[in-house]
Amino acid sequence: MDKLIEFIQQPWPWWVSGPLITFTMFSLLYFGKSFGVSTNFKTACNLLGAGKVSNFFKFDWRDQLWNLIFIGGTIIGGFIAAHYLTPSQAVAISPATIADLKAIGIASPGSSYVPEEIFGSENRWSLRSMVFLLGGGFLVGFGTRYANGCTSGHAISGLSNLQKWSLVAVIGFFIGGLAMTHFFLPLLMKL
Amino acid sequence: MKHIRFLSMGILFGIILSKGEIISWFRIQEMFRFQSFHMFGVIGSAVVFGIITIQFIKRKKLRDSAGTLITVSTQDPGYARNLIGGTIFGLGWAITGACPGPLFILMGHQGWFFVLAIAGAILGTFSYGLIEKKLPH
Repeated sequence: MDKLIEFIQQPWPWWVSGPLITFTMFSLLYFGKSFGVSTNFKTACNLLGAGKVSNFFKFDWRDQLWNLIFIGGTIIGGFIAAHYLTPSQAVAISPATIADLKAIGIASPGSSYVPEEIFGSENRWSLRSMVFLLGGGFLVGFGTRYANGCTSGHAISGLSNLQKWSLVAVIGFFIGGLAMTHFFLPLLMKL
Repeated sequence: MKHIRFLSMGILFGIILSKGEIISWFRIQEMFRFQSFHMFGVIGSAVVFGIITIQFIKRKKLRDSAGTLITVSTQDPGYARNLIGGTIFGLGWAITGACPGPLFILMGHQGWFFVLAIAGAILGTFSYGLIEKKLPH
């Protein structure tokens, strides 16, 4: 039992988390649902009354109630993991990444779960923090709906179902991610 | 009450992604710099097991808990939207350090202020809905 608790408290290796993600997808399929988190943003728009402005948001939100409950669960899961299952918040990223991030102004990469310089309490209402959270969130929300899915819908479910268009979407994820990481991020860190 | 199962699955999914460090901004940076196998291992193994799972479901004609044949949706929405939309999403993924699932998990993990990123995502989705017909798909 002690061994198990010790294992759970360590960061989980990829070969544990990867197959468990597949298990989540399978469980949802077994209960008649498909794995797709970004749909919840569309449901939120519907609940906020966006159906009055565009037919795109006209649908019965009750069909997506299970998904809202699912993401409600993920918030609880994140809380449990952070407060009860993770004694150390450090993330053991590679020395190369640490060096790269130091060069763009992050003082101690990997010593916390997310960078203090962007999401830390001292920088909470800074321009940089707003751009990363609101602006980044905007791109995520706009892009996933345009692409018709996010990592769960395209990268996990879509590729598992051998859908060519999901592979195209994943290639897009990387084009955008690489452009942001290597061209725009160093500039945004100057904000 | 039948929705309790989705709540438990969500809790489990939140724990898996937190413990796997998939919701860490640093891991996403490491991935977009190709400096570690971690994220590729996570997504790669999920997909390999996923392909096996879906093939098994199709060949064995598995039924879901309600007795309906399990089908995986296969509408082809068009490659242009996948590529352009995917690229826009990727730009956001690299700065928030989180895709949609992790945005919610981070709210539980790091605190309420990640609700700002969720608000941004809802606004983004809303904006797409407004101009959807003018965009190439």
